[in-house]
Formats: sequence, C-alpha cells, structure tokens
Amino acid sequence: MLNYDLVVVGGGPAGMAAALQAKEEGVEKIVILERAETLGGILEQCIHTGFGLHYFGEELSGPEYAGRFIAEVEKTDIDVYTDTMVLDVSKENVVTAVNNKDGLIQIKAIAVVLAMGCRERPRGALSIAGSRPAGVMTAGTAQKYVNIDGYMPGKKVVILGSGDIGLIMARRMTLEGAEVKVVCELMPYSGGLKRNIVQCLDDFGIPLRLSCTVIATHGKERLEGVTIANVDEKLKPIPGTEQYIECDTLLLSVGLIPENELSNGVGIELDRVTGGPVVDEYRETLHKGIFACGNVLQVHDLVDYVTEESKIAGKGAANYIFGKKQGGTFINTKGINGVRYIVPQRVNIENEEDVKLYFRVGQVYKGAKVVVECDGNILSSKKKVMLAPGEMENVKITPEMLKNMNENSEITVRIEE
Amino acid sequence: MKKNLICVSCPLGCPIEVEIENGEILSVTGNTCKRGDKYARDELTNPVRSLTTTVKLIGGALPVVPVKSSKPVPKDKMFQCMKLINEASIEAPVKIGDVVIKDILGSGADIVVTNNDSGK
Amino acid sequence: MKYDVAVIGAGVVGSLITRELSKYNIKVALLERANDCAMGATKANSAIVHAGFDAKPGSLKAKLNVRGVELMKVACEELNVPLKNIGAFVVAFSEEEIPHLQELLERGKENGVPGLEIVYRDELVKREPNIGDTAVAALWAPTSSIVCPYELTIAGLENAVTNGAEFLRNCEVKAIKQNNDSFTLETTLGEIEAGIVINAAGVHSGKVAEMIGDTSIEIKPRRGDYYLLDKSQGALAFSTIFQCPTKMGKGVLVSPTVDGNLIVGPSAIEHDDGDNVETTAEGLETVYTSAIKSIPAVSLRNAITSFSGNRAHCTADDFIIGSSEKNKNFINVAGIESPGLSSAPAIAEMVTGIVTELLGDVEKKSAFNPLRPAPVRFREMTSTQRAKLVEKNKAYGRIICRCETITEGEIIDAIHAPAGARDVDGVKRRTRAGMGRCQGGFCGSKVVEILARELNVPVNTITKFGGKSDIMYDKTK
Repeated sequence: MLNYDLVVVGGGPAGMAAALQAKEEGVEKIVILERAETLGGILEQCIHTGFGLHYFGEELSGPEYAGRFIAEVEKTDIDVYTDTMVLDVSKENVVTAVNNKDGLIQIKAIAVVLAMGCRERPRGALSIAGSRPAGVMTAGTAQKYVNIDGYMPGKKVVILGSGDIGLIMARRMTLEGAEVKVVCELMPYSGGLKRNIVQCLDDFGIPLRLSCTVIATHGKERLEGVTIANVDEKLKPIPGTEQYIECDTLLLSVGLIPENELSNGVGIELDRVTGGPVVDEYRETLHKGIFACGNVLQVHDLVDYVTEESKIAGKGAANYIFGKKQGGTFINTKGINGVRYIVPQRVNIENEEDVKLYFRVGQVYKGAKVVVECDGNILSSKKKVMLAPGEMENVKITPEMLKNMNENSEITVRIEE
Repeated sequence: MKKNLICVSCPLGCPIEVEIENGEILSVTGNTCKRGDKYARDELTNPVRSLTTTVKLIGGALPVVPVKSSKPVPKDKMFQCMKLINEASIEAPVKIGDVVIKDILGSGADIVVTNNDSGK
Repeated sequence: MKYDVAVIGAGVVGSLITRELSKYNIKVALLERANDCAMGATKANSAIVHAGFDAKPGSLKAKLNVRGVELMKVACEELNVPLKNIGAFVVAFSEEEIPHLQELLERGKENGVPGLEIVYRDELVKREPNIGDTAVAALWAPTSSIVCPYELTIAGLENAVTNGAEFLRNCEVKAIKQNNDSFTLETTLGEIEAGIVINAAGVHSGKVAEMIGDTSIEIKPRRGDYYLLDKSQGALAFSTIFQCPTKMGKGVLVSPTVDGNLIVGPSAIEHDDGDNVETTAEGLETVYTSAIKSIPAVSLRNAITSFSGNRAHCTADDFIIGSSEKNKNFINVAGIESPGLSSAPAIAEMVTGIVTELLGDVEKKSAFNPLRPAPVRFREMTSTQRAKLVEKNKAYGRIICRCETITEGEIIDAIHAPAGARDVDGVKRRTRAGMGRCQGGFCGSKVVEILARELNVPVNTITKFGGKSDIMYDKTK
C-alpha cells in the first residue's frame, strides 16, 4: 500500500488546479490519478477557443488552457499516474486504482479530492422512438472522433440540444465539410452561450429550432433520417408538426451528468438537483477528508470557474491535512423562487473569508433581481440584465454577514422580477 | 438606424446596440468592455472570426493536432483557410505555438499549433 | 463447401442446435446472414426462462418449456453462463383476475411445473415491497429464472466451434436447390452443399421454407418494445413480475436482469416486416403505463436504453419442429416465440434426435468437450484476484469501459474467442463494454481502435453491427 497526503482522482482542469493549490499550501505528497493517456481531461478535445478569459485574461483553446496547468504540474513533485482508472474509494480513504504498467495500486490518503468530471446524457435517457442504427451519438463522442481520432463520424447532421457542445460541434462539423441541417432544442430557449449561437450557427446559416425535438430515428444499419416535431408547453410533441429530415448522423447534446459512481461507492450524500456531492464552502463532502470540485460537483459552463472552485477544494484539502480546519457551525444555503440550486450547500459561519455561492436559475429572466436573505435580513440585492439557465451566477457572502448568523440560520437566494 | 448584435468576443455574450446613420457608426452601447466596442465596429465593416481546427500530424502520438488562427481571420475567408489547412501537415514533435502556416491568405494571422505532441 | 448439416440462423436455437450436433462426428455449419450471432429475436427479448405454466397442455411449447428448464441448468453450467433462479410472480390486480391465476396454476400442474402456489397481498408485499397498490394476489412460480439470451447463444456457439462446427457469418441464404440426396444453398458467400438443412431462421423461417416449396409456415412478426433501466434500479423487483397474460402474449413484465439492470416490457404489435425493429412512441408508452401498474417506482429518468425485438409468432400457435412435408432432410424449427428461449436447449435436443435418426449410424465424438471456459470478468473479481490477473497479463489493467469496468484484456479475448466479435456491438454483447450508463459515449472509439488493431484492418472499416452500420467515414485530414 502506498501512502500519500492527498490523492486527486482525475487529471482534468479541476484535478490539476486542486493538486497545484494544495502543493502551494505546502502539502508534500500528492498524486493525481488520471484515466486518459494524458493530463488535461475533456479540454484535450475542446479545440475551440473561449477558455481562460477570466482566469488568464486571454482567450485560449482547451488544450492550451490545460497545457498551462500541465506545465505547472510538471514543475512540481506531484506524482502523476495516467491511463490509470480508480476502481474504488473506501470509507477509510484508501483509493484502489489499476493500470497496465503498475497493475493494481492501493493508496492510503489523508485527503481525497474527487475530480472525475461529468458525462453526457445518452440516447436512452430520451426515449426517442425508432430504429437503433449507427450514426446516433453524443456530441462529445463526435468531438473526440473529429478532433482526436481525425475521422468524420458523418456527413449530413442533425443536432438535438443546443447546449454549448452541440453548438460547437455544429460549427466544427460544418468547417470539416459536413452539412448541419438543423439544431433542435426542446426548451423555448437555448442552453448554450449566446455567442455560440451567433458564431456557430448564425455564421453558417444553420437553423436553430426552439421548442422542437427529435421523436424518431430511421434507418436499419446507418441512420437515414429523423422525424422532428414541435413540442407544446408541457414539452410533448404536437401531432401534425412532424417533419422528416434526411441525415446520416444525429448528435445529442442533451445535458451532462456528474460522474459520481465513486462518490456513491463511499456513500457520499449527493444533491438531487446538481447530481454532485453536498459540500461546504471548502468543497468538503459530508465524508470527512473527501473533497469534490469541477464538473463532478456541478456542471459548469466556464472552465475558469472550475479552476476557481478547484483551488478552493485544494486549499480545503490542505487545511484538512494540516488539521487546521476542524468542526464549526454549519448552516444550509437554499435556492428558492427560480434559483434551482446553490453550491456550496452548507457554509461554516466561523469562516473568515468571502464565500461565493454559485447557482443556476430555472428559466430566462430579464431585468430581475437576485436577492440574498438570511433570518429575514436582506444581505444583498442586485439587478441583472439577464439571467439564463445556461449561465452560472454567483453571489458573495462576507465574513461580516456570517458573523450575525447562528446554527439555525439559513441563507436563501431568490429571483425577484 | 439601429442594429442589434451579440458580442462574441468572450463567453459573456453582451447584447450590443449600434446606431448607424448613412453608413457611419454614431454609437455603440450595451458592451461591458472595450472589446465589445471593437467587435461591433468590425462586425459592421469587416467581420472577423477566430478559426480553430486540426492539421495533419506526421509521426505523432495522435494523427492530428489542433491549431488556431493567431488572430481572427475575415469571416468570409473561413472555408478558404480550411482548404489550405487541410492540405498542410506538420511533423511531430510539435509544441503549443509552433507555426503551421504563416500569414494565411494575407490576413496577417498565422495558423499555430495549440497542443503538444512529442511523437510516437 | 460441403457439410453434413447446415443450420440456418444463429439465434439461440440455431446456436444450441449446432452445439448439440457438434457432439457427433459430422460436418456442421451454422449460416448467419448478419455479422454476428444473436442478431434477431435473441438479442431483444425478456430474457426469462419461464417455469412453463402458460403453454397449452400437450403442446410442443408446454413439453419443451418444462424440459428446457431442466436442460438449461446443465447447459448454463457447462457453458459458464449466469443463470439466476429468482422465481416469478403473475400478479392479479383485481379479485376478478384471481380465477385466472387458478387457471394458470392448474395448467402448470398439468404441464408438470413444480412448486406453483397462489399467494395473497400480504405475502406478496413482503416479498416484493415495491409492488403496486392494486395487486391483490399472485401466482408464484419458483422455477422461473433469468438468463442473458445472447450470452447463452455466444457461449453455445463458442463451444460448438471449439468442437469443430463452422460459423459462417454474413452468409445469407438466397435460394435452395434440392438435389437427389442433398441441398445446394445459394448464399452471399457462394454455394454451400448440405445433406440436411435446419431452418432456424426465426422471423424469416417461413421465407426459407418457401425456398424448397414448403408454404406451410406463416410467420406474423409481433414487435415488442422494451426499456432497460440503470443498475441503480435493479432492486425494484426481486423476481420477475408478470401481469395476467392476454391473447397477444404474456404482457408487460418487470424483471431484474442477470447483470443487475431492470428490464421493462414488451409491448405487442403485429406487423409485416420482421426486420423492422423501430420502437414507437405508443409502444414505449404502453410499456411504461403497464409497468407502473406492477411497480409504480419505475421511472424513465433511469432508462439507459430502449429497444425492440420481433417475436416469430406463427399462425399455428405452437412451435413447428420437424421434417418438412416437401423433403424429410429439411427440418423446420419455426414459430419459436415465447417460451422459445426457455425451450431452446430442449429444442436442440429434439432436433438433434431427428438429425441422428435421419443420418442412421452416426458416431459420437469422443473428444467432445462440453465445457466453455468462463470469460474473464474483471468487474466481478476481488482486489486480490484483480492484482494477480493484471500481473499475469497487463492488458487486464487497462479499463476501457468506465461504466461497467471492462478491461482491454476482456475485449481482446472477445475478439479472439471462437466465433469472436467483429464489430462494436459484438464486443458489447460479449463483454458489456458500452452497455452501461453512458452507452459507449466514452469507450466506443476505443473499442473501434482495439477491434481495428486486433483484426488488422483500418478503423473506418469497423462497424457498429456489420452491413452498412459504419461508425466513421473518411479521415478529416
């Protein structure tokens, strides 16, 4: 059995930032376990730009953003195992992993940071009727085929879901010579960033159909076409609006799910809305010494926020390892009136630093106020030009605000129109 | 005349309103930074976009390596750029910043590598 | 190519017949039009080994089902295929349905099904806590089991090939010429000569019989849609939960699978095209609304896939097994719908009996090995076993499918096994790679890579399931 102060599960942007922060805080023995052949995580296939504007003040591509952290990790004595899959994390913080060089590896850790990221929702979760031919895949799978493997997965494409990966792939496939016929979005608004609708769809004349979905796939061997239809307010297809579209590829960009199999294995409590663990302001889960950050905790739209969050987790893990932060009085945060969830779900009121509460809204709001309240006191109220489910927001809680709270307090965040 | 744009300079995507009279830009509003102002003016006179794609990699761990234009290229020349990039190739090892095509189509933008590949 | 026996159709029936025949000193070929075995009804059914109370007493279905349950145990043991004897409940949802349970009980007794009893709500709730509120009583059938139908088919075929049978894939029979004492099969792989032909072509068995002028088989395909739910839902039912059967079949069931998922289905829709396996919104809706009557906690949020299969329903309403009236050396094995999977080992036994009688003095192979070694199943091993395994072969240290914890070594084994995998779905059925929550999103491209490398072909020739089910087209650069 190996011994480390900190084991980081996942070598994407979250894992690397957490490990680097912990190193900066003085943690000695750190190891990153990464299942892919290289560090970088999903950023390796996100070759478009748009990363790093907040964190580095410049616009980088995914591999460039990851590259900066990889270079930092290489400068330290952080151990890295790539092509290594973590099979289990035990209640005693023993991490079991396997690879094809070292075989089965068991590591006893003081603290563990979970940074496994997320996965795409597959077709099965959608109940699309029809045949099961080749040519139906998630947008991320197609992205890997095109950007990493160098192969085109199709030529005539329909995309279901206007999340960012879907939009990015619409442009990517178009640039490589495919014809993207339409992007269908079930909701009456797009889940992607506005700029991606402009530069990935509008620029190429690709239609975006809102309140529209794919109801059936056709073709016995390779996909030959799909039937799309408009949906009503209850998101049910409207009879009579069906339209057949010939295509050989259906890309699905219908949501991301945090990958919490390992967390479930330890018995860590998950938030039903985020799908990630319930954490405090240092991203410590309800299991002592196990932290979570990045998309395994909540699905982010900007990697810059992943980095920010993971540094907090790295610092939290370091504090834990040094025995600095133990116990305290925790109170809950709660999203109400249009606020779907808040991360962190609990805050230590003895905390002496600013705490940012990250949240998402359930629908599009224009000119609405974000109100933070605790025990009947309004802590802050701020008007926002625009609030959309696709864009993560945050509000700040200062130590001064926390000082006036007690163990029965609850911080709520709500939208006022 | 008013024209509404969504700024694509960064993920914020500010909604911008541009007032134009006789082809002259009178005002740009709604942007939250200087880049938005520049974007709006460019968009109405000479729209440009960053281009990201891959280029053939010889002897690499992977068959392709990602590249980007070092600065935005004219929007209407994207496919011409793609054609040139698809005909090009580079030999491993490559590192971030290596230039594959200099001054593509006279745009002033270089096509540069955006990932490291030390080869097989 | 000349064979003593040609079996047409590599479903569970064709596979087990071929295995049974490989016990003899004869030359046997299994002809399959698809790129793999188990590509028809076998890969899309309820995966139940029925106790045998449902079939009409005296019918072939009744006889072979009950015999099949016995033989299934032996076959699964020899072939190392997991068979779980979890029992089944047929639930009555109103007092009016209870006489129906009585009827099934009586019929079961007549068919020789052991252990049947009727239990009432209190007992039922104790054993199935998630059962619906309206359930009043149920028939308990302790001998009902679950098995993975394609795993059984693959294992049977592997064993048959190991014992000398040949597996010809992508071999579609187009026409059959009857010679004096043999047949010439015109296939997509050329002409094949055989002394005896066994027609196990599933939904196409009518069409194949017609090739020798036998028009006695009329198949009316009945499509059934299914949902497969995530493993987190596997414990919603502890046994197979049936509803009272109707004219169209056994109705919608809810059952755990041998791999720990929950299967829900099927609907029953009669149609003309036995190759059409498109699910329909209505079919899936029916499945869902029926299923929540049995187990209200079934939620489609946890569905990982939906699919559909065709029952080879025959208008004669019983299995048709025996020599054709047109030619005694042409043996029909047709109309094999439920309880076809349950009966398959018994069907194989019966057909082999017919074949050996036709051939006269035919010797048993002294070297026949009934055992098919268990494939490596990394996910089921303890840490110590895993450590040892990886030490011996590093390929077992590389996890390809994250959701199901499937290693590269297992995938390589599946490709190089007798009658091994040639496409992504073939790997999936043999190893479960791609069968988990992400449905191959992460591992699909890696599986393609491994297939291409092991088969020494370009990656863009690897298909999802043969034919034109291409996954990748041209290189981008």
